[in-house]
Amino acid sequence: MAALDELLASREMVVVCGSGGVGKTTTAAALGVMAATHLGGKVLVLTVDPARRLANALGLAAFGNTETRIVLDPSARGELWAAMLDTKAGWDDLIRSHAPDATVRDGLLSNPLYENITARFVNSHDYIAMERLQEVHASGRYDLVIVDTPPSRNALDLLDAPGRMADFFASKLLRWITVPYRSRLFTMASKPFYQVADKVLGARFLQDIGELFTLFQKMESGFVARAREVEALLTDPRTTFLVVSTPEAAPVHEARHFAEELHRRHLDLGAVILNRTLPAAMRDRAAAKSAIALAGALDDRAWLRKVARAAGSDAAATAAVLDTVAGGFQDIVVVAKREAERRAELARLAPVVVTAPALDTDVHDLSGLFTLGAHLWR
Amino acid sequence: MGRTRAGASASEAELLTIERPPGDLLSRRLLFVSGKGGVGKTTVAAALAQLAAQRGARVLVCEMDAKGALAAAFDQPPFEFEPRRVPGGADLFGMAMNTEDSLREYMRLFVRVPLVGRIGPLARTFDFVADAAPGVKEILAIGKLCYEVRERHYDLVVVDAEASGHIVSQIDAPRAITELVKVGLIRDQTRWMLELLDDPEVTGLVVVTTPEEMPVNETLELVDKVRAQTEVDVAAVIANRVLPELFDAAQREAFTALQDPAPFELLADAAGPKVQTVLEATRLAVARADVAAGHLALLAERLPAGLAVLQVPELFTRASGRRAVQQVAEHLDDSLGGG
Repeated sequence: MAALDELLASREMVVVCGSGGVGKTTTAAALGVMAATHLGGKVLVLTVDPARRLANALGLAAFGNTETRIVLDPSARGELWAAMLDTKAGWDDLIRSHAPDATVRDGLLSNPLYENITARFVNSHDYIAMERLQEVHASGRYDLVIVDTPPSRNALDLLDAPGRMADFFASKLLRWITVPYRSRLFTMASKPFYQVADKVLGARFLQDIGELFTLFQKMESGFVARAREVEALLTDPRTTFLVVSTPEAAPVHEARHFAEELHRRHLDLGAVILNRTLPAAMRDRAAAKSAIALAGALDDRAWLRKVARAAGSDAAATAAVLDTVAGGFQDIVVVAKREAERRAELARLAPVVVTAPALDTDVHDLSGLFTLGAHLWR
Repeated sequence: MGRTRAGASASEAELLTIERPPGDLLSRRLLFVSGKGGVGKTTVAAALAQLAAQRGARVLVCEMDAKGALAAAFDQPPFEFEPRRVPGGADLFGMAMNTEDSLREYMRLFVRVPLVGRIGPLARTFDFVADAAPGVKEILAIGKLCYEVRERHYDLVVVDAEASGHIVSQIDAPRAITELVKVGLIRDQTRWMLELLDDPEVTGLVVVTTPEEMPVNETLELVDKVRAQTEVDVAAVIANRVLPELFDAAQREAFTALQDPAPFELLADAAGPKVQTVLEATRLAVARADVAAGHLALLAERLPAGLAVLQVPELFTRASGRRAVQQVAEHLDDSLGGG
């Protein structure tokens, strides 16, 4: 079985996905730290929404697409860079590069509905994440780009975003709403659409949207070409996907669903990362036996008194503590069995499965990322 | 009516923050359940619905994304737009929101366009415009929920709502629409929706969190944002997966003392040298519970005064499905009291 270091040494683009709350952002950052430290080269982590303390520790600005160098240990072989993914700024950049002239550009950027569109339009966050990945990769500025994905309502939105963007520009709908108002009544096919839309939204509002889309349409060729490039990037052999999960039922279920979709689309699932598992020592069978023996010994009152005396503690408190200690470990054994089964299930999905134990504290600085990274890198 | 906004006098604000006891949570008629992804939002929404139904109410529980997680929490096949009774005796119904179906129903009920049969494919394309138009999808969703409340088809509607990042644009859609769309049927519909949403006797937002750093931060941010930008009442915060306090002060000392060489040797004699690992596991559990307790304390301290924090303990059993929902419902039953 190959390991994560081999995977990251052989790819140029890594897309980190998984359901919310599994530690996706932290995992992406930790992998960036490990790759820059051990593999060398220039590594960029594109992150979506890190916890504020983590962002501060990494010196990331809250907004904007600025790439920032993160100072690692002098012995690190490469450079680590990080940037926040800013959907609004990403859209502005796209408009600037695809608008055929200044009129279209300014018309769009100043349209009151534009901001709203950039925030929600056809899986806008997902599209921008993929777009930025493509842009950064094509620029040749980095050896490895690790992108943390937005928390999607549906994990597949990410994979569909470029295709949907291209489809939108080619759709009949776009033509309908950009048809000048007067000529509408003559298009039989679209007539019911206008009647419904006018009634529900009001003709005026529809006209506003029409104007916005008319401007958008002027960028069709650039946008469609770009969306196709982004789509191609996903299937590029230099790209791999990592699915992050925790051992709980719901994230594992989602991870499996995502893996199946990747396979169906012939996309490369490089590894599954299982966060917040029990530490390996807790899965020790000998320790489980020891816990059972300890529970048995509690019936021996003379022995209990001896232990309490040796500890200099109250006998009742000692008995209660040992009861909790022994009982608690037997619960852990049950959890460990469940985890082992979930891990086996995930191992059937991907060539590499790595686990990282639950850490004592939240990760909010570089040393925390190193600790997590060291577990993943084994 | 409604939450005080900036500008209200201190005494007025105080009067209004003397909240109703948490027990009244289930006497409201529309509850939105939100929270950071991964905190158990769906299970809590399912448990609240189940509890209300067990207490005798006729309840509709609605999933807002089409993932089927809510239906799975009841061990049911995916819900559909048309509400379906959840087997199990109580008056509990489940549905999954779908903007297309909502539009079609809306057309049938309010617009009476003589084209209903033909808008099928058009509703699909309408979806695209709705994506671009501010709040249109949200209002179709929220309109359906408000409609069920207004028509009193159910005593309580529980919504497994959007995660904390999106919930405000969801619950605030009717207001956004009145600001952006000046005419049209949708605009005419917003007034009665706002009356329901802004009334704390009717509508409440429940924020689910876990005792961890990021979920707690997101909860505090969300509560602030909801109070600043909307008139929807934050009804309660539910802390899920709260780890049990293992030891009292005396037991803590006794636990530390057990790790001294003399008592440890006695333990190893009785249970083998691996008893070290067993003790280590407890040490970890204590440390983790302490960190969690710190996050909970911070949450309680920073939340607006009077806002109830209900606790649901970590379930060390299976984490999903009907059994988990039932257990969470039982814990909520205890912490809500009344009934």
